[in-house]
Amino acid sequence: MTFQSISFKDINEKEVLETAVPAFFPDLNLDQITNSIVSGKDEYNLKPFFYTSLNNTGSISYRQEIFKDLENPALFKHINSFAENMRTVRQQLVQTDKLYYKYHRERLFLNIIILYCEALNSLANHLSLVNLTSQGFLSFREYLTGYVQSVPFTSLLAEVRNIIAGLSPIKYNIHIKGLHVQVRDYESESDYSAEVEETFSKFKMGAVKDYSSGFSHPLDMNFVEAKILDGVASLHPGIFLHLDTFCTENHNFQDETITVFDREIQFYIAYLDYIAPLRNAGLKFCYPGVSGSKEIYDYEGFDLALAWKLHHEKSSVVTNDFFLNGKERIMVVSGPNQGGKTTFARTFGQLHFLAGIGCPVPGREAHLFLYNRLFTHFEKEEDIQNLRSKLEDDLVRIYEILSQARPDSIIILNEILTSTTLQDGIFLSKNIMERIVQLDSLCVWVTFIDELASYCEKTVSMVGTVIPENPALRTFKIERKPADGLAYALSVAEK
Amino acid sequence: MKVFLMFESDDFAVRKKFPPNGAALKQDLELNTLCNTMASGDEFVFKMAMDAILASLSNDEKTILYRQDILKDSLENFAVVRDIYKIAVEALESRNRHWWFLSTSPTSVLYSSLSSMKELMGFLKQLKMIADENTTRFRSEGFTRFFAMLKKELDDEYFAKVVHQLWELEFHNGVLISAELGNGNKGSHYTLRKQVTEKLGWMQRLLNKKPQGYSFVISSRDESSIRALSELKSEGINHVANALAQSMEHILSFFNMLRTEIAFYVGCLNLYNRLTQMGEPVSFPFPSNPDKRLHAFEGLYDVCLALTMQQKIVGNNLAADSKNLVIITGANKGGKSTFLRSIGLSQLMMQCGMFVPADSFRANICEALFTHFKREEDSAMNSGKLDEELSRMSDIADTITSNSMILFNESFAATNEREGSEIGRQIVNALLEKRIKVFFVTHLYDFAHSYYNKKMENATFLLAERQTDGTRTFKLMEGEPLQTSFGKDLYNKIFVRPDANT
Repeated sequence: MTFQSISFKDINEKEVLETAVPAFFPDLNLDQITNSIVSGKDEYNLKPFFYTSLNNTGSISYRQEIFKDLENPALFKHINSFAENMRTVRQQLVQTDKLYYKYHRERLFLNIIILYCEALNSLANHLSLVNLTSQGFLSFREYLTGYVQSVPFTSLLAEVRNIIAGLSPIKYNIHIKGLHVQVRDYESESDYSAEVEETFSKFKMGAVKDYSSGFSHPLDMNFVEAKILDGVASLHPGIFLHLDTFCTENHNFQDETITVFDREIQFYIAYLDYIAPLRNAGLKFCYPGVSGSKEIYDYEGFDLALAWKLHHEKSSVVTNDFFLNGKERIMVVSGPNQGGKTTFARTFGQLHFLAGIGCPVPGREAHLFLYNRLFTHFEKEEDIQNLRSKLEDDLVRIYEILSQARPDSIIILNEILTSTTLQDGIFLSKNIMERIVQLDSLCVWVTFIDELASYCEKTVSMVGTVIPENPALRTFKIERKPADGLAYALSVAEK
Repeated sequence: MKVFLMFESDDFAVRKKFPPNGAALKQDLELNTLCNTMASGDEFVFKMAMDAILASLSNDEKTILYRQDILKDSLENFAVVRDIYKIAVEALESRNRHWWFLSTSPTSVLYSSLSSMKELMGFLKQLKMIADENTTRFRSEGFTRFFAMLKKELDDEYFAKVVHQLWELEFHNGVLISAELGNGNKGSHYTLRKQVTEKLGWMQRLLNKKPQGYSFVISSRDESSIRALSELKSEGINHVANALAQSMEHILSFFNMLRTEIAFYVGCLNLYNRLTQMGEPVSFPFPSNPDKRLHAFEGLYDVCLALTMQQKIVGNNLAADSKNLVIITGANKGGKSTFLRSIGLSQLMMQCGMFVPADSFRANICEALFTHFKREEDSAMNSGKLDEELSRMSDIADTITSNSMILFNESFAATNEREGSEIGRQIVNALLEKRIKVFFVTHLYDFAHSYYNKKMENATFLLAERQTDGTRTFKLMEGEPLQTSFGKDLYNKIFVRPDANT
């Protein structure tokens, strides 16, 4: 079990890491979600991991197991402090690189190597004490343990210590007279302040005021200090040569597997950090079963982007349940305006997407479909560039979707074909529905056209509910029940 | 270096301890009058005299005699003592001449300390000269030790060493700073080092020639490097500047201690001069252990009254050895209060090591001294007069211990004689039981006479003398308490023409 990657079970999957934003991201508000997740973590460039869906259950459960390990607060804390140390290493490398004087820069470089080695040793030590179950972490631990015991690593640290041990005891004298400066060996001359104290010690009584000044010691070095350091180097050529050679030879001291791990583990950390406040507020997340079965369900799911926004506005979040049995494939969502239909459609899309990248998803319990491609069609503004009417544009886009979609695709349609008469709308919708039924894809279709809800045995009707006594109040609950033909547009208008 | 002129082996500032009833003593015994004369216009001496007197109650016999000897030396060599005081004052004032700016950089701290130090060395030399010239003229243990210490610690060799060291700190040969390689190979632990300036012949120098190290010169146009160099130098001399400034502080505290302790004797000299000018006698008292009961004197007068009236006044005698209770009754305006005050003042003066205003005096040491004098009526009318007196008595009772002395002046008279006498008796009995020495001035005949009738061995009764024509001698005599206080005399003096005396 050699360690390859903490993100992918099979390192080859990494070859196809997506860099472009998937087309469905804006429709499902996944752009909002990923932007929030990766904010403050720009240095890790995490977005491609969110853009790239996994297409096999093995890879998904590989990540789910890693997530489960990280739910252990101790491990989470150790990874965070490791990340913090590695960040310091990177920052100091940047800072040090700007420094002008060689021996100054090189000595600080030694500090960075020590910091790096200590970060690795500390993580290895902590991992050895934590109970791990995921294949990813287990093999990483094995790799790390082996690495910190390897000769290149141990000798790196040993040599740094050796050089520091050579430099630290160096003591030298600076003689300043006017503008003449001479650097020479220290020859145990006596400390003058001790001598002064001794001379006047007979007068010493209680404590008196401290007259000494504080001096700040900035990191950078001025010309005088640098010249003095050159002088010291000329008095101790051997050790300074050693320092110089070492720094040149070990310019790239960081192990690539470790630095890649440091980057990739942030995918998990970032996501867990993002959902932590929602969990604290009582919302549930679960690890969904993911398979090719189309008998899917999710209980107490919610729109993650909306929940995050509501949480920050201190509002409560409405959860929804759904399931498909037997031959059911298509959820036709109808009901009152502003009743949560679009949110439901987004939730469905988000759940599948998040499950597809191996993340825990909103909901108490879920089983989701391992899709190959996800298509969305949400109403868009007219685009003058393509010189098409709205209806024409709708139809072109739907045609493109249907021609690419396969049985293992998911299609999410939101309020399409509204730019025509109801009669035309029903005609077009039924034709499209027939093609989807033929494809056997999973589909969520938000529509005003109630006739679609009972199109065939593959369709399921989902309806936005209202409080019966006051239809103007929305519950934002979407339930399985026959479409009743009332869109409650009136009540929306009243409001 | 310690002064030790107030205590044999302690600094006065460290050892001094003030009694809780200091304010009452100050008021009742007119201590300001005494201290003003001792100060003769020097506020510092005033404060020191007051401190010494108030702190005197915790002194033991040894300390009293130790100070008496020093005071005797001072009386014989008053000019020398005043010189020492003057040197201390001038040394302390000299500091301000060198520390008038606010900069605290090591360089300015060093140069201020250097110039201050040079001047302080001059004052130390003056002290040392006084010690050299006067050793044989002082006999007291305190001065002998003090002079011996000055001669030992401040010998010529020492001054030579200091002069050399101060010269070296002017860095005529540049500064030598040691450093270590710190973080980023930057210099750290900058420490000023002593430069070896051995004078070797040219041959030896040639043979001993060490590798010259690595030299460079900063361009006189490179301002930022010049600044960096002076910063480095500054950091190098930081510790030595601090050490020198602190040493200077220590020398100043030595002078401060000297001024404090010698100020007491200067105050005594001032008082002695004034009293002898007025022709009043003083003598060194004989103190004895607190558990003894001794109290005998001749010609004791109230020093504060004499100083206020600026003339010689009548002294009194007392032989009250082995007595615990002295009750004073008799004529109004017969000198009873004055007598009581002279008892308190002489006790404090004896205990702080001074001479006393008397021809001769001996007494046991008191561990505490309390006064219970009449106070003005509480203007806020929070409590009646008797209440107020009793509450003060209760405060005293809380702190008083055996071997204390308490002075009552017409206490508990704010009620009828019967009740007042009864209260007085109960309180005095309780005090006597605890072996507390009581002086009680009273008009309460019932109270006074009841003790007289008891024929107690440890009680003495004094009467303010009145001659048959009614004039007062201000002398107190032993005698049986009388039922009249001769208030009639006063009445006559004020209401009836003197020649119509009956």
